[in-house]
Amino acid sequence: MEKQADAQILAPIGEGPKRPGPGEWLVTNILRILLALIVPIGTFIVLYAGFVFLRDANAPKIVVAVIAIVWGVGGVALLYTVSNWLVEHFNSQWRARILPFVFVGPALAILFWYLAFPTVRTFWASLFDASGAQFVGLQNYVEVFTNRNMFTAFRNNLMWILFGASICVISGLLVAVLADRTRWETAAKIMIFMPMAISMVGASIIFNMIYAVSPDIGLLNAIYTGITGNQPIAWKAAAEIQPWNNLFLIFVMIWLQTGYAMVLFSAAIKGIPGEILEAARVDGANELTVFFQIMLPSIRGTIITVSTTVVIFTLKIFDVVWVMTGGQFNTQVIATQFYREYFTAANAGLGSAIAIVLLILVIPVMIYNIRGFNERQAF
Amino acid sequence: MALATRKKRGPFNPSAIIVNGTLLLLVLAWVIPTIGLLISSFRPRFDIQTSGWWTVFPHREYVPVETIPLPEGDRTGVMEIRGASATFEQFRQGITSPDGQYKIVWKGNRRLGTIEIQEQVWTWGSAWTLENYEQVLQGKTFEIKRPDGTVEVVPGDDLVNAFINSLVVTIPSTVIPILIAAFAAYGFAWMRFPGRRVFFIMVVALLVVPLQIALVPILTDYVRLNLNGTFLGVWLAHTGFGLSLATYLLYSYISQLPREVLESAFIDGASHFTIFTRLILPLSVPALASFAIFQFLWVWNDYLVALIFIGSKPDVQVLTMRIADMVGSRGNDWHLLTAGAFVSMVLPLIVFFSLQRYFVRGLLSGSVKG
Repeated sequence: MEKQADAQILAPIGEGPKRPGPGEWLVTNILRILLALIVPIGTFIVLYAGFVFLRDANAPKIVVAVIAIVWGVGGVALLYTVSNWLVEHFNSQWRARILPFVFVGPALAILFWYLAFPTVRTFWASLFDASGAQFVGLQNYVEVFTNRNMFTAFRNNLMWILFGASICVISGLLVAVLADRTRWETAAKIMIFMPMAISMVGASIIFNMIYAVSPDIGLLNAIYTGITGNQPIAWKAAAEIQPWNNLFLIFVMIWLQTGYAMVLFSAAIKGIPGEILEAARVDGANELTVFFQIMLPSIRGTIITVSTTVVIFTLKIFDVVWVMTGGQFNTQVIATQFYREYFTAANAGLGSAIAIVLLILVIPVMIYNIRGFNERQAF
Repeated sequence: MALATRKKRGPFNPSAIIVNGTLLLLVLAWVIPTIGLLISSFRPRFDIQTSGWWTVFPHREYVPVETIPLPEGDRTGVMEIRGASATFEQFRQGITSPDGQYKIVWKGNRRLGTIEIQEQVWTWGSAWTLENYEQVLQGKTFEIKRPDGTVEVVPGDDLVNAFINSLVVTIPSTVIPILIAAFAAYGFAWMRFPGRRVFFIMVVALLVVPLQIALVPILTDYVRLNLNGTFLGVWLAHTGFGLSLATYLLYSYISQLPREVLESAFIDGASHFTIFTRLILPLSVPALASFAIFQFLWVWNDYLVALIFIGSKPDVQVLTMRIADMVGSRGNDWHLLTAGAFVSMVLPLIVFFSLQRYFVRGLLSGSVKG
């Protein structure tokens, strides 16, 4: 009976009106079903063998590397081809129902496993104690908001947003406006946004060197001692300049991200019709008036986009702090506290609670995105 | 047009000087850090520790030209040496001679020492080396002769190995999410199915979810599946964390493709799969390229995901991790840190400069990872 039901679904494609005899019909369909089972199982075995080989292999690095790349990329392509091949065996009604899920299914499954469901799991873990054994309710959240280290982390993240994000946006806008009026616009823009290709780890080394205490290594101290004659300062750590030592880490982020702001602002400014600007200038408006009264209002949307992006980037900042100070000298931020609590102090509950706090902080942006999406199009 | 009219102001306009000057200052501030790193990475080990990288440029510096004995008599008060009058303390700091030709510096203490006459000359750094790169790239040990004659044996940092690992992590981590996202984007754009809207809103919502939220549950799964420290695990992680943005971007591109193209293909009897592989993928190359560059740079430069899922296994560690480790273990070996950092920057900089057109296009279409 089950076979019968399956067979109905698995109606042959491209078959003419000719009805085959019952015996012939049964044989072809059993063959079809067998084939439909063997191909995916075979695919699975090939992929699994590759997986086990890659996981446990001791072959030379280059061999493993090449096999890894071929297996990884080819495997995904193979999976799509095989599942599509399978679906093509269904009759057109079922094909239309199932095919969309062949296309979007893998993406949805991965997103669910890697992002959506972990949100729930992390929230659940945040309600338990350090080892995950004892249910403690919201106690971890109380800890998050009363712990002194966490308080410093929140304050520092606020500094990152207040100074980092705002200076990023302002300097990006400044460069975009200035470059628009020069003859070397492209060259200037390339140099400003080149740091976007550099990793935060690399940038941390670059700036570690600039902030080095020895005036023979650190450019900043060479300038500082040269001008003031004072003793060099440990810019990242010195107790007497805390909490402003954070500014030196924040500058690394500004250096990395100004290029992003500049590119978006530059495109937005070029999008303002030249006639409007010319008309204002003919009417006697000076350049500052043109900038504040015409340019800024025209690129309002871009300013919002850039600001939210940079703020989110800033909220999650981890690499720069971790590599430059390890979160010492009162430079810890939320993301480094998460790492420290979870992986160094092995406190699963508190670590999870910090991650949830980070999530809550971005929820306004999430809602804004969904709203924007809903308004923009009849999906 | 707009561009041309705006740029016709002549260079002698005072405001043009302010504009160009300010921009030049900003550009210099942005470029100098990288130049400093690059120069330092080619300087010999002991040069880096004794003089700043900026001394490689021509500059005036005091160099000793003559050593004379200490003045006779009372050395507690003001003394006169070569026409300059000052106390011991002042001479210790260095006193410029009255004619400004040279500097007089007291070396040593009040009773025993010498007077050094220094002259200001033009000089620049001329010692360059590739040794730093040799040492960080290779895995073998190195013997280093100090100026005092002692020999130190240090291990190399084997960055070649880490470079290969970075490539193995980055290439599939770039291609796999693009492939999966392109299929999904096509499905969302050109197929009708129940739940389509809800699922797409999930994609949009996940755009900004911080990946910290997912690290621990995924790590738990990986430990159970024995995926921890494997390339496959890292590929999947980067796929998962990059997929929402990839789907969103490719959807906005693929859904804008002209409907007639697809309809005529349908009428010819092509299946969705054929249309996707033969028609949509080739048409979407600009969008695919833009996202590919982003994902490539993001994965290559990633530190956190590698830190969590690769862990401390040295044979699979990627460049960013090795270099971050070097900061911890060789914090003051600037000759190695600078060379190592530059090794990690070479490939992204090449990709960036050769494909920046696509990069900018990607930025403008919203390619920024949350």
